[in-house]
Amino acid sequence: MHPAFSVIFLTTLIGAGQGLFLALFLVESLSIVEVLPVQSASFYANGSLFALVLLVGGLVASFFHLGRPERAWRSATMWRTSWLSREVIMLPAFMIVLFLYAMNHYSLGDVSSASVGGEAQVTVLLGITGVILCFALFICTGMIYACLKFLQEWHTPFTPINYILLGTMSGFTLAAVYASVSSPELAKFYAGWALMLTITAFVFRLASLVRNKHLKYKSNLKTALGVRHNKITQKTTGGMGGSFNTREFFHGKPPEFFQAVKWFFLIAAFAIPFLMLVAFSSSESFILFSIAFLVQYVGLLAERWFFFAQSNHPQNLYYQSIS
Amino acid sequence: MTQLALVIDLNICVGCSACVTSCKQWNTSGLAGPLVDENPYGADPTGTFFNRVQTYEIGEYPKTETLHFPKSCLHCEEPPCVPVCPTGASHKRESDGIVLVDYDKCIGCKYCSWACPYGVREFDEHQKVMKKCTLCVDRIYDEELPEAERKPACVMACPTGARLFGDVHDSESDISVTIREAGGYQLMPEWGTQPSNHYLPRRKNHSHIHEDELIRVDNPLKKEGIPQPNRDDPSLEDASSW
Repeated sequence: MHPAFSVIFLTTLIGAGQGLFLALFLVESLSIVEVLPVQSASFYANGSLFALVLLVGGLVASFFHLGRPERAWRSATMWRTSWLSREVIMLPAFMIVLFLYAMNHYSLGDVSSASVGGEAQVTVLLGITGVILCFALFICTGMIYACLKFLQEWHTPFTPINYILLGTMSGFTLAAVYASVSSPELAKFYAGWALMLTITAFVFRLASLVRNKHLKYKSNLKTALGVRHNKITQKTTGGMGGSFNTREFFHGKPPEFFQAVKWFFLIAAFAIPFLMLVAFSSSESFILFSIAFLVQYVGLLAERWFFFAQSNHPQNLYYQSIS
Repeated sequence: MTQLALVIDLNICVGCSACVTSCKQWNTSGLAGPLVDENPYGADPTGTFFNRVQTYEIGEYPKTETLHFPKSCLHCEEPPCVPVCPTGASHKRESDGIVLVDYDKCIGCKYCSWACPYGVREFDEHQKVMKKCTLCVDRIYDEELPEAERKPACVMACPTGARLFGDVHDSESDISVTIREAGGYQLMPEWGTQPSNHYLPRRKNHSHIHEDELIRVDNPLKKEGIPQPNRDDPSLEDASSW
């Protein structure tokens, strides 16, 4: 498939935003059961607004993918059958809850959540709703790709799992950056979580790479044309130049570039952030955490490019040479 | 229930692309607006077509055969492109089974083209919507046309009669009978899309000449005990026709 930058930015930005929200609410939940010290309301409020900014960024990016963005509202109608439609509903729903969550924390002021009665319960309730919507959004995003059964590289539970893990991974790294300025004693906590998530996400991403390496394609030219011969060569694609089909479904880069992107994302999204988090987790340095996050984010951009580029659409069987 | 479809006879198709040009002509002139064509006479022409004829070479030189393969939307009975559409623009008509895109509802997200294993949907870069074969829905029901012309433009244009049009759900329709009797098959059956369009295989007529057809079994020389001539020797007929 041809990787579209609009979708690459959409999925990576909302993934980081969702992960950041999960990180914030994890601390709030743990502070209620008094495992972690109580944080100021502005910590949650500013953090969730920051997550909201990332989600808005993703939403804006997604509009560049549409040919007719002015009709985008229509895309919420077919939620009964379409995962894309479900995502279109979940994304704004999650953004609204995130916004309310932030506003509720602002209105609470710097009173600890545990000590206030009703209002604190509202934030917790909003937080739980947010977590549910957040995971629903992750699943919708993943299922958009995983539900296409003839895109065999995507048609696996690894696809939604990796969307969840890679999103939360980058979100927790971002939370470590955020905590290093707003609440330094939490930076180490978040860095630890980011480290664990980086390892888990790496294991699952590697597993999906291994799975896809040993993929057996169900379609071939014999089934595509209904001609039983092992040697069939395409002479024309039915046009003297390219067409939508020759552009949309091929990444158009040499195989060396494709392989290089794979190694790049394995190093940038997992290896370097892992080493940096191990080495600097106690330093609580904003700059070092920021570098770790940026490297990981760039790595995830490459990961997403690779995710699209690696999948072989069966229609490509009909578009093997232009003449 | 009706399911309109095409049957394409690969044994007859000569790859002239008359169906392609006539499809383009009809559909670019219709209510839905023109089908984009960029640099039609330039170095790198590109555009939207509902129908394309591709050419394949089967086998290795010198034992090769040429296959001309017309390819358009197969109007699947289980179209994977329809449920994924977020707006409902991509739909399958209850009344006749034609899979259509409502160009006024399409947001141009291209997701349906990802969900089609056959690659028969083409994005219109000017109107920014997804387009595809309509089976000439604006033609086949047009009562102003003589009844014989209420067929898709590609079927009307085919000079060799390689394209048939009809209802595949009616077991006695011409195309159902043809599919049954001439071994009609579907493309990529492995995905369960149940394409309505069928293809008829290339067929070859081989004549087998058996040994006893070369040597007359009732040759009277056999009875006389006279040694029969070799196959290459002049036969009795050759001799008697002096």
